[in-house]
Amino acid sequence: MKRENRTIHVSLVVVGGGPAGLAAAIRCREQGIEDLLILERGPRLGGILRQCVHSGFGVHKFNEELTGPEYADRYIDRVRELGIPYRCDTMVTDISADHVVTCVSEEHGLTRIKAGAVILAMGCRERSRGAVRIPGTRPAGVYTAGTAQLFVNLKGYMPGKRVVVLGSGDIGLIMARRMRLEGAEVKAVLELMPYSGGLKRNIVQCLEDFDIPLLLSHTVTEIHGENRLTGVTIARVDENLRPIEETKEFIDCDTLLLSVGLIPENELARAAGVELDPVTGGAVVDEHRETSVGGIFSCGNVLHVHDLVDYVSEEAEIAGESAALYLKGELPRRQTVAARAGNGVRYVVPQRISGGGEELRLFFRPDQVCRGAMISVSSGGELLRVRNRRIVTPGEMESIVLKEEELRRVHGDITIEVGLKS
Amino acid sequence: MKETRQITCIRCPMGCLLTVELTDGAVTKVEGNLCRRGEEYAKMECVHPTRMLTTTVRVSNGAPLPVRSREPLPKDAVFHCMEVLKGVVVTAPVAAGSVIVADICGTGVDMIASTSA
Ligand SMILES: Cc1cc2nc3c(=O)[nH]c(=O)nc-3n(C[C@H](O)[C@H](O)[C@H](O)COP(=O)(O)OP(=O)(O)OC[C@H]3O[C@@H](n4cnc5c(N)ncnc54)[C@H](O)[C@@H]3O)c2cc1C
Ligand code: SF4
Repeated sequence: MKRENRTIHVSLVVVGGGPAGLAAAIRCREQGIEDLLILERGPRLGGILRQCVHSGFGVHKFNEELTGPEYADRYIDRVRELGIPYRCDTMVTDISADHVVTCVSEEHGLTRIKAGAVILAMGCRERSRGAVRIPGTRPAGVYTAGTAQLFVNLKGYMPGKRVVVLGSGDIGLIMARRMRLEGAEVKAVLELMPYSGGLKRNIVQCLEDFDIPLLLSHTVTEIHGENRLTGVTIARVDENLRPIEETKEFIDCDTLLLSVGLIPENELARAAGVELDPVTGGAVVDEHRETSVGGIFSCGNVLHVHDLVDYVSEEAEIAGESAALYLKGELPRRQTVAARAGNGVRYVVPQRISGGGEELRLFFRPDQVCRGAMISVSSGGELLRVRNRRIVTPGEMESIVLKEEELRRVHGDITIEVGLKS
Repeated sequence: MKETRQITCIRCPMGCLLTVELTDGAVTKVEGNLCRRGEEYAKMECVHPTRMLTTTVRVSNGAPLPVRSREPLPKDAVFHCMEVLKGVVVTAPVAAGSVIVADICGTGVDMIASTSA
């Protein structure tokens, strides 16, 4: 293999050229850091947004409903305008705790880059059939929804004609509509839980518009077919999520799309010795999005799975800004306290906060649907802030802002709770 | 003539189930909404439902090109528009935002390129 025979030195390496990596690089450059480099393993910048041809991106950030490629292009245009260097078709294979990034590409072979700081922005991958353990044969025709999205939208071919979708998160809903628009018959979307993790808007516009049935509390219990999928057995599940034998039913189909969750892609973080959060699957970070390893930052779906790209960009801007401060030796170093998930909350990001600064937004994911919800934030037993919400759902990330005055009252670990408004 | 329909409001995650009363095609009563936006939504959705259309078209010398309607178009024109778009083949280079099909199916809405090819 070819090898760039010297180690390159740069101030900042951004791993991943999706919306997170792009926004982080832009912000860092705008803060005066000149030599940075974006490394992207795909053939083009833009990450997963390139294959998300539907609209609905940017409503918060730009107050417009953009398609995925349009949203990505705004950032790619800015990267070009600022002359930020990037390498595509370049896969990062290792990162060390002292910021040596190893990558491989056809063009440059194996390259070692010594960086002042590193931003992790590798996104996430989809859970596959193995991860949900469906018994049966292993025929062709079983894909993750994202893989099917790539086939249809980037390669231009249809994976099948008679489709069942397992999982009613937004990606599954969007793909049900996409397959239907392209002429496939979508027999049903199955959801294990008694509620859908997808947006109401997607349930109406992707399923109801096309009379596609949404079967809540249902799962696939068996996959049939030798070479090609010939059908699936489905069943209703009881309150312990166990299939009910008498409700088993065969559905004839040639394609099963799995939309059963996303997992942050953190092999590289692990290699660098970054502490990971077992709940999010991403790094443990402070409010600067700095990981447990100094000078290594994380943002976007590799940190925790976001449902809206707008928040990905926002988080990436924080990481980019912090990396710039770090490189200038200006990142504040204070003692931190933990931010924890209390009752009704699955996780909180950032997991550690130092409490300085003017205001701080904490992101968290509720662990169940709650109508008439009261969100409370407390520190060391003292209540800091309370907010009421008509509804919170696990499908939509929530956030709460602590103001300067509240931050001053932080004297111990912070806990966020969601309960019923009394 | 009076009829009632049930629809889900999609303006916020509450997803209120709206009961809409129509008289001769006009909305005369909305129930079940927790706020004013539900009423607006019911009027739009029952009288003149529209949808954004996004899909891809073939490119003779490259990967498919993502396209979108410049604005939402009548919901019942969606499949007809898809038929038309299936027959469209463009040749790169195409600039982002350029019109791929003008006034598609007489809806008055243009289909435009979502990115460049
Ligand atoms: C299939 C799918 C569909 C989605 N649909 C929607 C949607 O409709 N609306 C919405 O708001 N959000 C959607 N999302 C969420 C979406 O992922 C985020 O909004 C956003 O794209 C996350 O940005 P990111 O930059 O963190 O990750 P990504 O967009 O995934 O970008 C990460 C980039 O890092 C690169 N990379 C990874 N590992 C390496 C490595 N070792 N070396 C070099 N490069 C690497 C990848 O190639 C990729 O380009 C979807 C996610 C998935 C997986
Ligand atoms: S009526 Fe108001 S509260 Fe109910 S779903 Fe619509 S916007 Fe939300």
